[in-house]
Amino acid sequence: MKKLLSIFAVLAFAFSAHAGTLDDVKNRGFLKCGVTTGLAGFAAPDDSGEWAGLDADMCRAVAVAVFGDRSKVEFITTTGKSRFPTLASGEVDMLARNTTWTISRDVNLGFEFVGVNFYDGQGFMVPSALGVSSATELDGATVCIQTGTTTELNLADFFRLNGISYEALPIETNDEGKENLFAGRCDVYTTDASGLSSTRAAASNPDKWVVLPEIISKEPLGPLVRHGDHQWGDVVRWSLNAMIIAEELGITSENVDAQMSSNVPEVLRLLGVEGNYGEMLELSNDWAYQIIKQIGNYSESYEANVGPDTPLEIARGLNALWTQGGILYAPPFR
Amino acid sequence: MNEMNEVRKPPVATTGIIGWLRINLFFNWTNSLITLFVIYCLYQFIPWILDWTIFSADFKYNYLGEQITNQEMCSRNLDPENGGACWAVIYVRFYQFIYGFYPKVEVWRVNIAYAMLALALLPLLYAKLPYRKYFLYFTYIFPVIAYFLLNGGLGFTEVSTNKWGGLLVTLVLGCTGIALAFPIGIMLALGRRSKLPVISMMCTLFIEFIRGVPLITLLFFGMVMLPLFLPEGIDMDGLVRVLVAVTLFQSAYMAEVIRGGLQAIPPGQYEAAKSLGMSYWRMNLLIILPQAIRISIPPIVNTSIGLFKDTTLVIIVGILDLLGIGRGTLADTNWLGLSYEIYFFVSLVFFIFTFGMSRYSLYLEKKLKTGINMGAD
Repeated sequence: MKKLLSIFAVLAFAFSAHAGTLDDVKNRGFLKCGVTTGLAGFAAPDDSGEWAGLDADMCRAVAVAVFGDRSKVEFITTTGKSRFPTLASGEVDMLARNTTWTISRDVNLGFEFVGVNFYDGQGFMVPSALGVSSATELDGATVCIQTGTTTELNLADFFRLNGISYEALPIETNDEGKENLFAGRCDVYTTDASGLSSTRAAASNPDKWVVLPEIISKEPLGPLVRHGDHQWGDVVRWSLNAMIIAEELGITSENVDAQMSSNVPEVLRLLGVEGNYGEMLELSNDWAYQIIKQIGNYSESYEANVGPDTPLEIARGLNALWTQGGILYAPPFR
Repeated sequence: MNEMNEVRKPPVATTGIIGWLRINLFFNWTNSLITLFVIYCLYQFIPWILDWTIFSADFKYNYLGEQITNQEMCSRNLDPENGGACWAVIYVRFYQFIYGFYPKVEVWRVNIAYAMLALALLPLLYAKLPYRKYFLYFTYIFPVIAYFLLNGGLGFTEVSTNKWGGLLVTLVLGCTGIALAFPIGIMLALGRRSKLPVISMMCTLFIEFIRGVPLITLLFFGMVMLPLFLPEGIDMDGLVRVLVAVTLFQSAYMAEVIRGGLQAIPPGQYEAAKSLGMSYWRMNLLIILPQAIRISIPPIVNTSIGLFKDTTLVIIVGILDLLGIGRGTLADTNWLGLSYEIYFFVSLVFFIFTFGMSRYSLYLEKKLKTGINMGAD
């Protein structure tokens, strides 16, 4: 028994002693980034086989920060079940895999969430013919719900709090929910709002379906790295923050060159004209400039992948900047 | 009396098309009812499926004559009354379905490997092939050539297995699993029947353990646990780890199938071989195994087909095989909602391969006359 314990101790040490990820990445010559096997708007291969999406952009931003080259990234596909072992074993340097930040994942699994790149939450979708404008009007509705998920518990809480009743139609997968809703076997489908949007976009006539305004749970999705390597955590965290700050400061991939001669001090600090913030991160001083130039700011990435002009049509909502009614907020760049 | 001996024709109702129809389709009133019902179902279904898959379908252009680049341009999405399947998604993504993310400049290597696979299978499929012996040599060295061709080395630039996908991964997993599991399975089957208790116990333990857990568990084992057993610094490729798991799984099943064949061989065959002074290996290689494998062909093909389809489970560990590429395509915002087309195409590809396998096994059975009782052969 003692021997077994010591083996586990060695294994645990082997996981935690993965220091120097940044050096590993630099030596390897490319970043290994864990993404989903395909989720609309977040990470999916496009027609030419390139990964595209909000999470894919996050991976590329980190690759740009380290190498100055958006192509220096290898996408490793992971499923909901394999993502954590893959990160823990060091097979990927980071995960950007629409993973909800929770205390147990942050603390108990030994990972570090470095920020939030999408605030998601559970929502409701109904046929527009139902004429419902708020989820509180759904008394007596049949709800399609994935069994064994947190969404199931959230749903029960929400209806109890509002003193209304519902009938659950248990389903297993998103596809099943979609088919049931479209066939009219349930009045309401509930899952994360981003999932609802992709379900709606897949309908033959998306205008026949509406996503209700209520969001009844917190699902902050963000990139994560292994515990214990703070230098690497900082690189990923500030790659995300740089994109958000760039939006705050109005720097886009279009105007970034003109902004190099701006007279706003924070712009000059971010773009590496002043200060040595790149050096502090052990990156080149124009790392943030390169991210903005090659990937764009947060808004550009959002609009291109999930925003109102894409088939997903997800409004900024919570993901707008804190100055514009959202809760997207990055610490100051100084 | 003579006219009585005239050869009379059999009644019209028992020969020709009418006779066949009577005997096979309208033998009694229940059969007639079932036949009519089935005909009615086919009458309803066949025109509809033909219309959806072919006549109303978009292949590359929609009904306006525009080249389709996303799902909104499919005829049926422009006008729900008009148009069937939108095969343009398969057309646009064909490269990914066949090669995954293999770099375009290197793809000739995969094409050569596919062609060589066909060439390597040829002597196995046709025993009457001229110069079969030389073809067989090629078959033996094909795996080595394929490894360098696909993976790189020997002057080829390396293509990480992370970039492999689609049919390539499905075939690599299926062929390697089936080809490696066969010899390992034979050894395990012989081992299990061995009179040496240690060997037989070890083989039994291995087989029962592997058969006792689902393939998914083994895949996770390969993905997560296998790296822990390896010395530090040795990085095992993700696809190799999955291959190990798939091969272990298949060998255990293959071993049991072959053991069944071994048990069907009458003891007289063993005794005859021994009385000729044959050693254990000569007896098995020359007398027992050829007969045992011959009668095991149907179950061997059965488990092989099973494995070929089970390879789709690798999506669980994040490897994009044919089905995985299909799902990835469905997650592209350009192609949302085309699940019928994609799943139809993937099933069709799987059907072509598995149906080919089962037809080949029928051909083998006929050729080797496996139905004949062994003792009287």
